[in-house]
Amino acid sequence: MAKTIRLDIVTPEKMAFSTEVSMVIARTTAGDIGILPGHAPLIAALAIWPLRIITDGEEILISMCGGFIEVQPEKITILANCAELPEEIDVERAETAKARAENHLRDNNSDVARAEVALKRAMVRLRVAEHKKQHRM
Amino acid sequence: MPNAQDIRRRIKSVKNIEQITKAMKMVAAARLRRAQEKAAASLPYTQKVREVLASVASHASDLSHPLLEVREVKNIAYLVLSADKGLAGAYSSNVIKEVLPRIAGKENSSVIAVGRKARDYFKRRGFRIDEEFTGFSEKPTLQHAINIARSVGEGFKSGRYDEIHLVYTVFHSAITQKATSVKLLPIEDMTGADANPSDYIFEPSAEEVLSHLVPQYLETTIYGALLQASASELGARMTAMGSATDNAEELIAKLILNYNKIRQATITREISEIVGGAEALK
Repeated sequence: MAKTIRLDIVTPEKMAFSTEVSMVIARTTAGDIGILPGHAPLIAALAIWPLRIITDGEEILISMCGGFIEVQPEKITILANCAELPEEIDVERAETAKARAENHLRDNNSDVARAEVALKRAMVRLRVAEHKKQHRM
Repeated sequence: MPNAQDIRRRIKSVKNIEQITKAMKMVAAARLRRAQEKAAASLPYTQKVREVLASVASHASDLSHPLLEVREVKNIAYLVLSADKGLAGAYSSNVIKEVLPRIAGKENSSVIAVGRKARDYFKRRGFRIDEEFTGFSEKPTLQHAINIARSVGEGFKSGRYDEIHLVYTVFHSAITQKATSVKLLPIEDMTGADANPSDYIFEPSAEEVLSHLVPQYLETTIYGALLQASASELGARMTAMGSATDNAEELIAKLILNYNKIRQATITREISEIVGGAEALK
């Protein structure tokens, strides 16, 4: 059996995800990193981007909205404000959030930084949901 | 002696009150369980954030962040977590009692009130309330914590406050809660004993990670406190309503006894009147 590494995704609400995986690809604020079992200890800040998890040649996407990744040789811990498995994503809500954020961006009076973050989050969710749909077909 | 009708009315009203307190107790108990689960579920996250922060702090060469800056203390703000609604025993007043000696008579301290009870209390007594957050004391969400964190963070960064203390109730069990005060900002003492000894690579740099981590830590701390406070509030309400229900029951028993006494006395009197009347006719 291929070597695996333990992945825990912790959010303030719950332990979102906890399983053995063979590889994790995450986008940090400095760029993508791939983590295989036995990786050197590392701490990095994550960008708002889907997390790719590869287990036995299969790939799952998890939508994340920022956070941190802590890597130890046998264990990866991800601290995120939110993390959603593809089947947990409320596509409709993400669509409305996206539309709302875009509106805010057009409107000069609103908080641009906040709207941008909201837009990014919505895009990530939609992307993950889309990815899942494609794989099912 | 009150007449039977009055007592009957009284019994009815006490029974109604008992029903209400009983219902409130049940509701609080059901919500308490959920709040407790939530508080427990957030613990691993809080611990992990603290751990990561500790290891970052022990590795970063230059620990400068606006939220870590220790200044001479001129203005102090107290973030007070209280309930929105009453009927929770001494819950809110315990929190207020914890704050009061610290701010009484001091010009340089102000209150950031979470929950209507604290806001009303301090407003009525003329303390300075800089900000208020109400309407979610029973079921706080992360978003609420983020909003509070953003606002106190801003206040600290801008130099409006030099120190921010968090006063909330720690939940021990449904019957024991303790109001406590902790220093929220500036964040101190991060290099705790639980710092991970392994040598980390920081991506892109320890300082960069720190700048992301510190606000997150603030949010998490506030969120944890909000959850503790909500569990405490519900626990306090459950106990208070439980004892109110017991008291109502006791009162009803006493009133019923009284009522029966009067009823019997009336019957006895009527009989003796009839007997007396019959005797007189002989």
